Amino acid sequence: MSASQIIFYIIAAVIIGGGILAVTSRKIFRAAVYLLFSLLGIAGLYFYLNYEFIAAVQIVVYVGGIVVLIIFSVFLTHASGDVMKKPVLWRSVFSALAVIFAAALTLLFISEQKFTATAKSIEITQNNAAALAQNSTVDSTKNIHFFPAVKDIGKQMLSTTEHGYILPFEVVSMLLLAALIGCIVIAIKIKTKE
Amino acid sequence: MNGIGLEHILFISTALFFIGVYGFLTRKNMITMLMAIELILNSININFLAFNKYLYADKLDGLFFTIFIIAIAAAEASVAIAIIIHLYRSLKSIDVDDADLMKF
Repeated sequence: MSASQIIFYIIAAVIIGGGILAVTSRKIFRAAVYLLFSLLGIAGLYFYLNYEFIAAVQIVVYVGGIVVLIIFSVFLTHASGDVMKKPVLWRSVFSALAVIFAAALTLLFISEQKFTATAKSIEITQNNAAALAQNSTVDSTKNIHFFPAVKDIGKQMLSTTEHGYILPFEVVSMLLLAALIGCIVIAIKIKTKE
Repeated sequence: MNGIGLEHILFISTALFFIGVYGFLTRKNMITMLMAIELILNSININFLAFNKYLYADKLDGLFFTIFIIAIAAAEASVAIAIIIHLYRSLKSIDVDDADLMKF
């Protein structure tokens, strides 16, 4: 077993173990911390896949943003040391059964499905493997997308040509503005004169 | 990448998705349900990036879908937490069973 595989299995164990503990822990603060570990493991998986930019975004947005927000809302709505009620037995049993059967069915489909990479994709992957085997630096003109640079991501994100993503980019900016205003309107405290 | 195939990563994302579904079905606390939804969204992101890496290494589309899903998930989580805090003010509880004002 190579070092790469060992690292992969450690990352997988962190993700799945953190996820299971996050949905079964009965102390809500601990559940939030387990969720944090699971999200960090996912960022590690993105590093493992050579998507450094997405891994950085994952850490900044999820670990630095959403989990901190969740922990703050836990502080606002729970007394310390609160233990959640146990779920009703029949509900957890039936949920577990449904989830296990659905997961087994999905994994069966995945194992039977033949995934075929496009010819260009195979070529790029082989170029990269050859370069790594010779321990030489990767030719960046050939492997422009195997290790996507932030420059390439930014160029395609803001391009108005056929494969550009400028329209969803602008729509998402409007969505974030709407969410910002919506949060303020919903959570604002209205003082009533008495 | 030696030895780790697409199926390994799809196994992780499937497991994470159904862990999230289990949490969503069993939990009664709104914040923990939100955490389960975050797990589900993250498993989708893993899928997009794995397919992009292993099958379409010459393109970047999976990356952009992941970025947009992360942005939308952040917006969704912040609105959900605003709603939860507002509910807590009026009901003094964030249990989904207590939020039945619109039931009848």
